[in-house]
Order: sequence, then C-alpha cells, then structure tokens
Amino acid sequence: MASPAIVLPEHCSEEKLSGIWSWITTVDHKRIGVMYGVSALSFFVLGGVEALAIRTQLAMPNQSIVGAHFYNSLVTMHATTMIFLMVMPLSAAFFNYMVPLMIGARDVAFPRLNAFSFWTFLFGGLFINSSFFFGEAPAAGWFGYANLTSIQYSPGPGVDFWALGLQTLGVASLAAGFNFIATILNMRAPGMSLMRMPVFVWMTLVVQFLVILSFPMITVALILLSFDRMFGTNFYVPEAGGDPLLWQHLFWLFGHPEVYILILPAMGIVSEVLPVFARKPLFGAPFVIFSGILIGFVGFGVWSHHMFTTGLGPVADTAFSLATMLIAIPTGVKIFNWLATIWGGSIRFTTAMLFALGFISMFTIGGLSGVMHASPPIDLHHQDSYFVVAHFHYVLYGGAILGLFSGIYYWFPKITGKLMDESWGKVHFWSSIIGLNVTFFPMHFLGMQGMPRRVYTYEGGFGWDLWNLCATVGAFTLAISALIFFINLLKSLANGEQAGNDPWDGATLEWTLTSPPPVHNFDLMPKVTSERPFWDQKYGSTHGHDDTTEVAEEEQLPAEIHIHMPPASYWPMVVSFGVITFFGGWMIHPAVAVCGALTVIVGTVAWTFEPE
Amino acid sequence: MSSDHSNVSVHEHPPPSFGVPNLKLAFWLFLASDCMLFGSLIATYLSYRGKDQLFGNGPYPLDLFSVEVTTISTFDLLMSSVTMVLAVAAIQRGNMFQTRLWLGLTALLGAIFVGFQGYEFTHFYLEGLKLQGNLFGSTFYVLTGFHGTHVTLGVVWLLLVLATTFTKHKGMVTHLNVEVAGLYWHFVDIVWIVIFTLVYLMEYTV
Ligand SMILES: [Cu+2]
Repeated sequence: MASPAIVLPEHCSEEKLSGIWSWITTVDHKRIGVMYGVSALSFFVLGGVEALAIRTQLAMPNQSIVGAHFYNSLVTMHATTMIFLMVMPLSAAFFNYMVPLMIGARDVAFPRLNAFSFWTFLFGGLFINSSFFFGEAPAAGWFGYANLTSIQYSPGPGVDFWALGLQTLGVASLAAGFNFIATILNMRAPGMSLMRMPVFVWMTLVVQFLVILSFPMITVALILLSFDRMFGTNFYVPEAGGDPLLWQHLFWLFGHPEVYILILPAMGIVSEVLPVFARKPLFGAPFVIFSGILIGFVGFGVWSHHMFTTGLGPVADTAFSLATMLIAIPTGVKIFNWLATIWGGSIRFTTAMLFALGFISMFTIGGLSGVMHASPPIDLHHQDSYFVVAHFHYVLYGGAILGLFSGIYYWFPKITGKLMDESWGKVHFWSSIIGLNVTFFPMHFLGMQGMPRRVYTYEGGFGWDLWNLCATVGAFTLAISALIFFINLLKSLANGEQAGNDPWDGATLEWTLTSPPPVHNFDLMPKVTSERPFWDQKYGSTHGHDDTTEVAEEEQLPAEIHIHMPPASYWPMVVSFGVITFFGGWMIHPAVAVCGALTVIVGTVAWTFEPE
Repeated sequence: MSSDHSNVSVHEHPPPSFGVPNLKLAFWLFLASDCMLFGSLIATYLSYRGKDQLFGNGPYPLDLFSVEVTTISTFDLLMSSVTMVLAVAAIQRGNMFQTRLWLGLTALLGAIFVGFQGYEFTHFYLEGLKLQGNLFGSTFYVLTGFHGTHVTLGVVWLLLVLATTFTKHKGMVTHLNVEVAGLYWHFVDIVWIVIFTLVYLMEYTV
C-alpha cells in the first residue's frame, strides 16, 4: 500500500526540537519519560550513597563515623529518596514513555499537565534534598511518626522540609494520576478493549487509582502536622488531648497502598518481559489483571498491620491480620501465573529476562516474610527490628528495583535505538543478586537476635557483629553492581549496537514503531484485534480471528495526513515553580507563599488561554 | 482536519474510548480524590469531637453555634447550586445572556457564603475560639476553612468562566467548561451539607 505523507506542524521540526529550551518546554510524553528516568536514576545514586554511609557506620560496633542525629537524617533521607524520588519516578518514566505507545495513542490526555507533574516532582525532590544545605535534613524517619515530629522533639527545619516537600510531590503524583487514568481509559486505539490492554498498562491504571485515592490522606496528615508546627495547633499533641495515633492511621492509610504503588509497576513490567522471552502468551492474563485489581482494593483495608503494637485490641488485630493474609492469595496467583508462563517456553536468558526471574524469586522471599508479620503475635517480635528491614528490602530492592531494571534492559532499545551490552548486563544482574542477598539476608538473623532498627550504633558481643559486617560488604557489592549498570548504560548509549524496531520479537504495539519512535508515535492509528497485536501481525493470530492488527490497508488513504501535535509550553514549569514557592514559602514568610499561590493562579490562567 | 474521511484509523483523535470527554473524566477523578481529602478531615473532626469536654478546655460548640445563621448560609449555598444548574442549561441552549446571568449569580451566592463564613470565624474568634486554643478550635477552623477555600476558588473559577464568555477566544466558552465548573460547584455544595449535618446539626441531637 502507498503510505501517505505525514505532515507535522512547524513546531515539531528538527531544529525546534533541539537545545535545552526544547526540553524545558516539552510536552512530549516520551521526552518527559526520559526526564523522569534521568532524575530518578540520579536520585538513586544519592539514596545509594546514603545507604553506604549507613552501612559504613554500622559495619562494626561502637563506631562514630557519623553522629547519632546525622545518622537519623541518613535513614530518613535514604527511605524518602528511594521511595518518592527513585522507585515512583522511575515507574513514572515507564508510564510516560510506554503507556501511550502500548495503547496506540499519540500522547497522554493532558500533555501540559504531564509536564507540570514532572517539574513539580523535580522541584519537590530538590527542595527536600536542599535541606542538607540549610541547617538540618529531616531526621524523624520516612514515616514521620507523631509526636517525634513536633516542634518540641524536632526543633530544626528538617521536618518542615520533609512535610512541605512531600506535599509538593503529592501534587505531582495526583496530577499524573488524573492524567494517566484519563489517558488509559480514553485514548486507546480502535479495538484496544480493556481486556486487550497489555498487563503493564493495567497495572499502571491500578497504581494511578491507588495514587488518587491514597495521597489525599497523607496530604491531610501533613497539613495537620504543618499546622501543629507552624501555627501551634494541637492535632498530635497529647497534652492538649491530641492523639499521636491519628497520624499513624492517616499515614498508613496512605502508606500501605503506597507499597502497591511501588510494586505493581514492577509486576506489570515482569508480565511484559516474561512472555516475550519465553515466546508464550502470559498464562491466565485475566487472572493476573484481576489479581492486580484485587491487591489494589484490599490494599486499602490493611493499614493497621503497621500498628499491631499500638494496642488496637484483639478484634481490630484479627481483622487486619486476616485482610493482610488475604492479599497473599492474589499475589500468589500472580507468581504462579508467571511461573506457568515460562513453563515449557523456549526461554532466552537475556538480561531483561534474568532480572524478571530475579524479581520473582527475590519478591517471593520478601512476600513470605511479609505473611509472617501479618500475624500479630509474631509481629510484636518483629516490630522495629532488622527482620522488618530485611522484609521490605527484599520487596523493594529484590522486587521493585529488579523489576524496574528488567524494564530498563527491555525498553532501552526502544527508547534509544541502541541495545544495552548483554555481557555487562549479566555481570550487573549477578552482582545485584549476590549483593542484595549478602546485604539483606543476614538482616533476618539480626532481627531474630533482637537488633533494633534505626539505631546508629550497637554494642559488640550480642552476636550481631558478623552479620553487620556481612551486610556492609553486601552493600558495597550492590554499589559496584550499580556502577557497572551506569557504565553499561553510558557505554551503550554512546556506541551500543543498533537495535532495530523489534529486537526482542515483541508482541505489543510499541515494537511496531521505529526506535526511538517518531514525535507523533503512530502515522496511522493502529486497529487492534487481540491482546498481542504485533505478534499476530507477524505470525498470524492464534485466537482464530483471521484479521490481525493492521493499519487500514485496503481503505482509501489520503495523499498526506496532517497530524496535530500540542505546541511546547513553558507555563507548566512556571506553575510548578509557583507550587514549590507556595509550599516552601511557608518556611520563609507567609508573603512568599502568597506569591507562590498567585504564580499558580496566573500561570494556570495563562495556560488555559494558550492555543492547544 | 481529516474529519472528512470516514476511515477511523486516519482520525487524529479517535473518539474517547470510555465515552466521556477527557476533561470531564479527569474532573470526576479529581472529585473522587477530593472526597478522600474531605473524608480524612471530617474523620479527624469526628475522632476529636467531645474530647475538649474531658479536658475542661472550652469553648465548646454549643457555646458558639448559631444554627439560624448557619442555616441561612447553607440555604444560600443550596440556592447557588440551583443557579449553577440553570447556567449549564442555558449554555446548552446556547443562550449567552442567561449563561452570564446565572454564572454571575452563582458566583455572587458563593461569595455571600464566604462572607457568612468570614462573619462566623470573626464572631467565634472574638468569643474565644482560637485555632491553637483547643481541639474543637483546631479541627473546626481547619475543616471549615478548607471548605471555605474550596468555595473561594470556585468563585474565582466561575468568574473566570464568566470572563471567557466576553472574550473572542473561540473554543473557550464551551458547554463542557461550564459543565465541569458546575460539577465542582455541586461537589463543594454536597460536602457542605455533610459538614453542616455532622458539625452543626449533630450538636443539637446527641
Ligand atoms: Cu502495609
């Protein structure tokens, strides 16, 4: 068939799309995705350095390489950075880059709102971290328990940086949530019914629902905290009748769904990677999808398993314990579906595949210890011990981060047009697996032997010395593995092998495009007739349909197609600047906050009047 | 535009797969999110309700509330929902004069409500209810203050929509924009009904 000529608007020309200004004003979901990815990996380095400082301090008993208070800052910022500035934005990088490609859309529903989300996230992340240079980094833990965060116990500016920074990040996440749900529900290509969507897109959808319903609760928790600190209210002050447990309820009402916000994207990635490298469709895909939805729903009803030790009473403990154990069922369903997917497949052990397999095994270990402290009597012993640290690092490093690495190796060729080096990739994989087990497995023993978490040092002779040293050695192994990854990333970017459009023999729509994809993604809207559109196009349908994905071949096409693309805009960044000025301004003077609010209003009005 | 071609695959923007325009869908999602925000604030208010009495730390709600005044302001806000409905109906009919009239009236009624709240806050403050004074003060001012901020932003928004009806900016004064502003307005109204019931009326029953 004769392809029609594609005519793009003038603002999409080559020279308009180069230079720093074009990145600052971009509204292209692919560029925004790349910026999310680069920022997240930079924060990954920062959080990693904090982890190394922690492990160096704990390598041997009675050390004082860092002081007690700075140690508290290090654990607080390590967790805050890794959760909000690394795993979430790296997931967002994939949402941004891949979701529109996978559903056959030209962009997200609100391209400028998308740019706003990115800049707000970046400013928020920089704001929290700037606290290191302004007196005091947050030191009350990433969970910020009341009334440790009160003026009385945390007189420095750290907690304010933390609370106001998280508010800013919340704004970014909420805006992205509305945007991506609208995109996924509304912008699907013809024929892409909900059940034909790739599982990664489904998991994105579930995650965004979790975001928009759970973030408002931490918003309120943080508003009350900031009012307590800045205006002298008594929400969390026990002497005046306030209840510190209110914080814990609000925080974990957000905090547990947040756990799934962190892990479901990785589950989505693994559900894409395994079928491709096993050359089989995902086993029981609807079950994987419904399990993800169920995990999302039940995830809102389990928050008090973080609060068994606060004495909620046997009825509440039983209910929350049961609900927590229930979540293991849909999670187990997913794991068995992944295993059934690779069973009998013709497996290619690429780096992406290895990381996906690593995800399954490591996440299962973390999941099993999770089921253990779902039981209140056991949890009473685990609480605040290193056993819990071992658990959530298996889930977050062994789960979320390995899954995200799998996604990087899988989609890097699509994003850059180059393949990542496989030999270095495998060295990265094995050093990660060894490093993470050497670091985190001994923490199970440490917890069992009663070592409390969040202590900056410990006495020798409790049987903790060896395992602490072991964990520190493991942490440096992980650092080396990350270094190998970054070297591989840069080397492959500079002179990696050309990837071609479809290096892995993929099944989903993004592989039909060039690598990297053109600005407008699709010349013609694809028509989708199955859940593996590109596979069926290449190999014929296995579902008994005779027609496969095709691009309107028999139909009469015009000689040229004019494609509408949204023009670049600097207003999203201006409004983001207003948001951070509003929140940060409270620390300087209310007048600064008012200026921020005015910037938001003026920017939003200017934005609305801009041509789309 | 390529809308003269019947072939779906050439269309630049396929129709929304979910059948609801993007803006409206995103707005419904925002309202769901805002429900959780107000839900958390109301839960905070309720969980601290009556605690001051245990501490002997007044003033208490019944020392201050004047149910007559608040009923009038509630009625005023309810009426603004009626005028909002009329504004949406007017733009659907393409009647610009009536659209402007009802939008303006809705904003005015909203502003009157904010005025009532300003009066109430001043009055309560002078009677001794401080933001920092007791839990009732903290929870009351924060909850109703957040609602008041929502109403104020709504008034600004309505005025902006009203202003766009006078510009030559094509495509701004759409039915959809008025309808979405209306969704927000009704939501804020409904939240007030809940607050009025749980914060004010409940004091007179239990
Ligand atoms: Cu939890």
